[in-house]
Amino acid sequence: MPTLFHKVWNAHAVRTLPSGQTQLFVGLHLIHEVTSPQAFDMLHQHGWTVAFPERTFATVDHIVPTSSQRRPFLDVMAEEMTSALERNCARHGIRLFAPGDDLSGEQGIVHVIGPEMGLTQPGMTIACGDSHTSTHGALGAIAFGIGTSQVRDVLASQSLAMDPLKVRRIDINGSLRPGVYAKDVILTIIRRLGVNGGVGYAYEYGGSTVDDMSIDERMTICNMSIEGGARVGYVNPDDSTFAFLKGRKYAPTGEAWDRAVAWWRSLASDHDAIYDDRVVIDAATIEPTVTWGINPSQSVGVSEPIATRDDEALAYMGFADGQKVAGTKIDVAFIGSCTNGRLSDLEEVAKFVKGRQVAPHVKALVVPGSQDVRRRAEAKGLDRIFAAAGFEWRGAGCSMCLAMNPDRLEGNQICASSSNRNFKGRQGSPTGRTLLMSPVMVAAAAIAGEVADVRELLEPAHA
Amino acid sequence: MTIALVSGRALPLRGNELDTDRIMPARFLKAVTFEGLEQHVFEDDRKTNPSHPFSNPAYRGAAILVANENFGCGSSREHAPQGLQRWGIKAIVGESFSEIFRGNSSVLGVPCFTADKASIEQLQTLIEQKPDTVVTADVATGTITAGDLTIQGTLPAGVRDAFLTDKWNPTSMLLADFDRVRATAAKLPYVAGF
Ligand code: SF4
Repeated sequence: MPTLFHKVWNAHAVRTLPSGQTQLFVGLHLIHEVTSPQAFDMLHQHGWTVAFPERTFATVDHIVPTSSQRRPFLDVMAEEMTSALERNCARHGIRLFAPGDDLSGEQGIVHVIGPEMGLTQPGMTIACGDSHTSTHGALGAIAFGIGTSQVRDVLASQSLAMDPLKVRRIDINGSLRPGVYAKDVILTIIRRLGVNGGVGYAYEYGGSTVDDMSIDERMTICNMSIEGGARVGYVNPDDSTFAFLKGRKYAPTGEAWDRAVAWWRSLASDHDAIYDDRVVIDAATIEPTVTWGINPSQSVGVSEPIATRDDEALAYMGFADGQKVAGTKIDVAFIGSCTNGRLSDLEEVAKFVKGRQVAPHVKALVVPGSQDVRRRAEAKGLDRIFAAAGFEWRGAGCSMCLAMNPDRLEGNQICASSSNRNFKGRQGSPTGRTLLMSPVMVAAAAIAGEVADVRELLEPAHA
Repeated sequence: MTIALVSGRALPLRGNELDTDRIMPARFLKAVTFEGLEQHVFEDDRKTNPSHPFSNPAYRGAAILVANENFGCGSSREHAPQGLQRWGIKAIVGESFSEIFRGNSSVLGVPCFTADKASIEQLQTLIEQKPDTVVTADVATGTITAGDLTIQGTLPAGVRDAFLTDKWNPTSMLLADFDRVRATAAKLPYVAGF
């Protein structure tokens, strides 16, 4: 009767703390340069050590430049943050996936490299000082974002003080229509359930649409669970999950693989599992979706008019109630991030842009989610397709998703973005404006120079 | 240190979904310490709105922040509650909070009370009219009093007890019975390599 959430929770529960919270063992701890240095300082001040250094892995993603990763970085603070991470990892024996300028680098966005390396596995508890840690749930892990004081706790004790969550099952059934992608599914879920609909819940995604999805697509959905208020989002592990993991660097091999698969299978939610809430969505009702406002629930189908009384959001974005987002002129197009910066995203976009041209007034960039994605994309010639179409092809990192590196909006520029947050100022300019959409919709906007309905541009072969 | 009562002047901050990017814009995360973050709380909002409550001298020195819905949503950056705490905020009363933000605040010793919309509205209006009003939040009972006004707030039971018994900073508890951590790890198939 239990769900995957409960099975994994119970397997990792160490004890009930005097506060009434559960002490939960963390199977995999991922760290990056922005939220870890203060945690190491706190650890050192108390004279604590890292309890399980072999269960923590580190990368640099937020502040790395995407034009060149040659050291030292031109940005002095970026260099200092990277060096601090290097020092802390060396001191405690933590594996760091390092930057590098000559395609030798191993770094990437923390939520891209975990699954890519096979570190992320079903049945694990995974914590990272980053709210999009929910991404890893796509492989059947229970993964959640934590703050820096909790990073300290995991370093010191490999565990966290946690309160249990309720579980909401979200079924999406049927086939997605042409031009509709995983990104549209999650934007639609957030639009319907609200930005705080998931507070107190883990979201379990299922139904035939999700069953048919690749692991990459499931990651796009789980990634944005936090945008709907849910700290955890996951999909039960199945044959697609096992096929994805097989042969990856940190995945088990030989007989251990067979034992692993048997255990992973046993963790999926039981058929008669009891949920605290259930929601069913018909895939055929989902349109290519675009945000118009300043939180990720403020979205519409691209052919629909905006209908709102949120004057603050309308004023900030420069939209009027009743207006359509389609036809909005854009300045920048950004394809990348932990939501949509994986190889399959780039392949889908490359198929679409081949033989087309970015509008002259648009600055368009494609930023692979990891160095491995970059290498594999280049091996397939995708970089040349993007360059020929007028996109800049960059190195791996978070880039314009949050603009802690030189990639940023200026003034009140409008950006069509495949990332996950459209908060005021998110892309680096306090008055910059973000329209979230699927990567193919971003490409369509880059080419049209304005937000466009990708369905009108698809080849008949796709439609 | 037990935390049973938080008392002081208050700062009303109207608006739903005030996310952590707004509380602490990402460019101020470019540092290896939390020092000085109090200077940048809501920096971009304050620039575009000169009468922002965090710029208003009437609320300087306030200890209790009164917010609306889904306060602190978005990024897990502890820089947001760190900045607020370093600015002087010792407790927050709101209609609702993002879970990560609320957890981050609790670990810093900043209780986040929830209260219903109408009560929050009354409290915000009262403070706007009389910024000198001393507001007192009682962790044990959840009551929040401001002059003649008393509203009922709520803290999750575990967090409430943790504040009252000095267990809100969990690290030493997590380390107290480390053999059990090792025993739990030893039973997990993946820790043993399957
Ligand atoms: S890509 Fe964006 S959302 Fe993802 S980890 Fe980086 S900054 Fe955070």
